[in-house]
Amino acid sequence: MIELSHVTKDFGSLRAVDDVSFTVRGGEIIGLVGPNGSGKTTLMRILTGFFPPSSGQARVAGFDAGVDALALRRCIGYLPENVMPYPEMDVRQFLAFCAGLRHLRGTLVRQRVDHVLHSCALTEVAHRLVGKLSKGYRQRVGLAQALLHEPQVLILDEPTVGLDPRQVSEMRRLIDGLRGRSTVLLSTHILSEVSLLCDRVVIINRGRIIAEDRAEVLERRVAGAERTLLRVTGPVREVRAVLSQVEGVERVEVSESSQPPLAAKDGPGDRWQEASFVVHHATADSVAARLAAAVVASGWRLHELRPLPLGMEELFLRLVGDEPRSAA
Amino acid sequence: MSFLTLLRKELYAYFVSPLFYVVAAVFLGLCGFFFYTRLIFFVEYGLGENILGNFWLAFMAGAPYSISMVLLLVMPLLTMRSFAEEKKLGTIELLLTYPIRDGELFCAKFTACVLVFVVLLAGTLVYPLYLYSLQPLPLGAVAAGYLGLLLLGLSFIACGVLISSLTDNQVVAAVSTLGLLLGFWVLTWNEAATSPGLLRVLIHLSMFDHFEPFARGTIDADHVGYFVFFVLFCSFLTLRVLEARTWRGRR
Repeated sequence: MIELSHVTKDFGSLRAVDDVSFTVRGGEIIGLVGPNGSGKTTLMRILTGFFPPSSGQARVAGFDAGVDALALRRCIGYLPENVMPYPEMDVRQFLAFCAGLRHLRGTLVRQRVDHVLHSCALTEVAHRLVGKLSKGYRQRVGLAQALLHEPQVLILDEPTVGLDPRQVSEMRRLIDGLRGRSTVLLSTHILSEVSLLCDRVVIINRGRIIAEDRAEVLERRVAGAERTLLRVTGPVREVRAVLSQVEGVERVEVSESSQPPLAAKDGPGDRWQEASFVVHHATADSVAARLAAAVVASGWRLHELRPLPLGMEELFLRLVGDEPRSAA
Repeated sequence: MSFLTLLRKELYAYFVSPLFYVVAAVFLGLCGFFFYTRLIFFVEYGLGENILGNFWLAFMAGAPYSISMVLLLVMPLLTMRSFAEEKKLGTIELLLTYPIRDGELFCAKFTACVLVFVVLLAGTLVYPLYLYSLQPLPLGAVAAGYLGLLLLGLSFIACGVLISSLTDNQVVAAVSTLGLLLGFWVLTWNEAATSPGLLRVLIHLSMFDHFEPFARGTIDADHVGYFVFFVLFCSFLTLRVLEARTWRGRR
């Protein structure tokens, strides 16, 4: 339903979207996750036919965003990030106006407007001026206008931003209700939202995709086993070997060597160095204690030992942190 | 038929906003003031005995002129919101992701402004029609004057909408429009400050010099052409401004 191949968008010397390719099948709910300024909105604007990509191809419902933007826009509903619908109109009037622009005519306008008012729980504020509504209601008005014409593809930019917790869960319920009927691409910087809602997650940072998978798979990637971080000064290779042999340990990663190697101690062996070791191990309380004991017994210096919090946030930070800092 | 939907929305926005009523009151009030003071002036210091016989020559030439001055002051207030407000609210992003052509959006906004302006201008017809009821006067000259005002108004609107498309701040749009229009208006007011060669060029650019013949009751294709060109040129630029989002970053 959505196909992106090598999509790039430049604004002057700034590359907002950098060689992004992914595909969304019909009926899927996809989460686009990234920090602020990572190119999510730019990507969505390309997919809504607001502007074409600088290079590459973006197709939505079979229409090319660069060539056939008008036809593409007919098939999508879009909730922009910051939209304050015309404050001088009431909710029903605004939705009727939007329905007119969607080429709905006659009784169909009333029917569809009534339907989205109901499904977005806006019926009781239908005659209130949009300018007088709270942020949560305005956001729902935004979603309601996107749903008017029952679009094949819904693009929602930060649908839950600025809402209170109750409104957030209502918004999630609403989006969840669209499952199977529309293809939904939503952006957010809240990862828990994605794991609740989305079939698949695309993680984007500085315009590039850094991870893309099913939410469960991404979660399993971090949550299937526990991880403990140790910061140790000692002969790195030897430390690693010893840690790997501790009971219950599956894998040891040397994640960073922050300090230059110290002079060789204790004879001709490995050079001593301060390094961090991320130990992947089975879920068991005693593993951390055994790790500490192993380090101390070998006479190395243990600076830090802490469990790494598991979850999407950590995964995300780690993925983002792995990116080279030098921006193009 | 997105055009009609958009036009209806634009007109609705004008007629529910207090701004329109304030602008209309100021415009009609000032026009009435000029009408009254000029009328008294000519009654007191009229030329010869047959004041009403020569009336249109002396008086009606002045009427479009004073109306044009008031227009210059109030039109930027009517055009300032057209695109600037949509940009401020973020609704421009919504509209430009609806299946609407940029041209339709522009035409709706321009047409709405023109209709509002025509309503205001029609209000001033009370003055010549009232005089006509006292003493018939040559309506041709009045019509020429109003054609001039119409063309002038369209030019003001085209310029105002263009400037509104460049900013998201309505006050900035209004002040810049006023400045630019006033500049075009007074370009040749001080002949002494320019060389004769430059003056000949400036006369072709100056809005005032193209408007004055209409006020005197003559219609000249040259002057009509100037205003038509001005409107088309500003509209062309506005469409390019809207389109600019699609060329930015295009290779």
